[in-house]
Amino acid sequence: MTQRLHAIAESPRFKNNLQKWTGSVKNFILGLGIAVIVAGVCYIIIAPLVGIISRAFMSPSDVINPLVFLFPLAPTLYNLRTAFDLMGYNTVLLNTLAFAVGMAVLHALVCSFVGYGFARFKFPGSNVLFGLVIVSIVVPIQSYMIPMFLNFRFFLGSPDLNLLGTIWPILLLTATGVGIRSGLYIYIFRQFFRGIPKELEEAAFIDGAGPMGTYLRIMLPNAVPACVTVFLFALVWHYNDTYYTSMLMTGNNMMASALSSLGFSYAGWRSLMELPVNPILTQMVVFGGVLLAIAPVMIIYLFLQRFFVEGLERSGIVG
Amino acid sequence: MNAAPRKRRKGLTLRGREIASGYFFIFPWLVGITFFFLLNVGRAARFSVNRVHVIAGYGLTQDFIGLQNFYNIFRVHGTFMREMFTSVGEMLINVPLIIFFSLFMAIILNRQFMGRGLVRAIFFLPVIMASAAIANTIEMSMGMIMGGSSSIPPDMEGAGGGFNAAAIIMLLGSLGMPPQISGYITTAIANLHEVIRSSGVQILIFLAALQSIPSSMYEVAQIEGATSYETFWKITIPMVSPLIITNVVYTVIDTYANAAVVETAHLTYIREMNIGASAAMSISSALLVCLVLFSICWAISRFIFYRD
Repeated sequence: MTQRLHAIAESPRFKNNLQKWTGSVKNFILGLGIAVIVAGVCYIIIAPLVGIISRAFMSPSDVINPLVFLFPLAPTLYNLRTAFDLMGYNTVLLNTLAFAVGMAVLHALVCSFVGYGFARFKFPGSNVLFGLVIVSIVVPIQSYMIPMFLNFRFFLGSPDLNLLGTIWPILLLTATGVGIRSGLYIYIFRQFFRGIPKELEEAAFIDGAGPMGTYLRIMLPNAVPACVTVFLFALVWHYNDTYYTSMLMTGNNMMASALSSLGFSYAGWRSLMELPVNPILTQMVVFGGVLLAIAPVMIIYLFLQRFFVEGLERSGIVG
Repeated sequence: MNAAPRKRRKGLTLRGREIASGYFFIFPWLVGITFFFLLNVGRAARFSVNRVHVIAGYGLTQDFIGLQNFYNIFRVHGTFMREMFTSVGEMLINVPLIIFFSLFMAIILNRQFMGRGLVRAIFFLPVIMASAAIANTIEMSMGMIMGGSSSIPPDMEGAGGGFNAAAIIMLLGSLGMPPQISGYITTAIANLHEVIRSSGVQILIFLAALQSIPSSMYEVAQIEGATSYETFWKITIPMVSPLIITNVVYTVIDTYANAAVVETAHLTYIREMNIGASAAMSISSALLVCLVLFSICWAISRFIFYRD
C-alpha cells in the first residue's frame, strides 16, 4: 500500500499536477491580496466623493431626514441644475478648457525641448543651470508674487504696458518654461530622455539628422508616455489653479474661481429672490458644482489613459 | 564662394557643436528664468533687507534696514522658527512613505487584472481634487461620511471607535521594538489618508516609467531563468530609478508648497502688510528646503542607473 502511494507520489504526472495546483493556489492568494489592497486604497480615495455625489442628488427633505444615509429617497437634479446655471457652466467650461488645453500643449512642447537640452548635451554650467530648474520649482510663487505682479503691471518698465487681466502673463511664463510647475515637467522630460538608449540618437546622427531633427523625429515620438503625463498634469493644474489666474488674469471667468465663488453666488441669489439663506442647501449646490467641475477632466483622463501604454516597444530597438 | 562659410562651420569642433546645441535647446528657458524668476526673486530678496512701504496707486518704497527682518522672524516672532523645522521634519517623514507607497501601487496597477481601467481612474481622482476650491468642500463632506451628526444615530456614537495609537505603541514596546521605530510606524498609519491622497502624481509618474520599460528585457530575463524577485531588483528598479529621484523632488516640493511656513509667510504679507518680513520668511524657509532637497538628491543619485 505505502509502496504504491510512493510510486504515485514519485510519478512525473502527479508531480506535474501538484506543481500546477500549488501554482494556481499561489496566484489566487496573490490576486486576493492585491484585490484587498486595491479595494482598500480605492475606498479611502472615493469615500469623500461618495459623500459629495450622494449629497448633490438629495432634495432638502432628504437632508433633514436622519434615516437617509447616502441613498436619497427623493433624488433630484435641482442642485446640479442650479450650479450649472449659477456658474454659467457652458461658457466657463469652454473658456477654461480652451485655456488649459492650450497651455498644457505649450508646456509639453517647451518643457520637452528644454528637457532634451538638459538630458543630452554637456555644456559649461549645465549642472548649475539644472540646479536652478529645481530651485525654480522649490521657491513658492507666493514668495515672489509682488515683484511678479509689478513686472506685468509695468511690463518692460513702461508704465503704459499693462499685461494684467490678459492671457499674456501666463502665456509668456509658460512659453519660457517658468509657468505653473514647469520646472517639474522639464525634470520629468530630462529623466525620460536620459532613459532612452543613446544608440537611437547615434543612428539618427549618422544618417545625417541635426540636433533639431533628432529631437523632432526620434526623441519626441518616443516620449509619448512622458508627453501624455505632462499634458495631463499641466491640464489639471491649469484647470484647478486659482492663484495665478486671480493674480494675473483677473476678470477672466475660470472654472476654479467660479466654483469657489459658487456658494456666495447661490446665497446672493437666494437673498435676491427674498428666500431664506440656508447653509445646508448652499452646501448641496456647491457639491453639485464640484461634480460638474471634476467631470470634464475625468473624461479627458479616461480618454488619454490608453496612450500611457505606447512606450519604447514601438520603436523596435532591442537592448 | 560657398566654401568659406562651410569651412567655418566645420571649424566648430564636435564639442563646440554640442555646447552650441545645448544652449540652443535651453534658450527659451534661459530667457524665462532670467526675466521672470531670477529678477523677481532678486527683488523679493531685496525686500527682505528693507522696510517696504506700499504707496497706494503706484508702487513701493524701500528703506534699507540690514538684517533686521531676519532678526525679527527668528528671534522675535513667536512661532516661525518652530513651524519651519516642524514642516521640514514632517516632510522627511512623509517623503519615503509616499515614494514606497506610490511605487508599490504603480507596480500593482501595471499588472493585468479585471477593472484595471476603473481603478486607474480612481487613482487619478486625488490629482484632480487637489485644488483649493474642491479641497474645502471635501473637508465638509468628510464629516458627513466619517460620522457627521446626521449620518450616525446617537446610540451608535463612539461604537465605531478611533485608531488607538497609544495601545499599539505600548504593545510594540513590550515586544521590544524601540519607541522611535514604533512611533514612526504609528505616525505612518495615522497619516495613511494623507499619504494616499498626496501620492496620485507620483503613482502616475511611476506608471509611465514602468510602461516605458521594453518588454524584451523581461523576456530575456525569463529565458535566462531569472525568478520574478530577481527580475524586480535587476530590471524594474534600475529602470524606474531615474524617476524615483523625480518623485522625491516632486514630493518635497508638494509638501513644502502646502506647509505651514509658506502659509505663515503669505499671511504675514496679507494681514500685517509686512512685505519685508514675509520675504525674509520665504527666503529662509526656501533656502532650508533647497538644502534638504539637494542633500537627499545627492544621497540618492549614487544609486541611480542611467543608460548613457
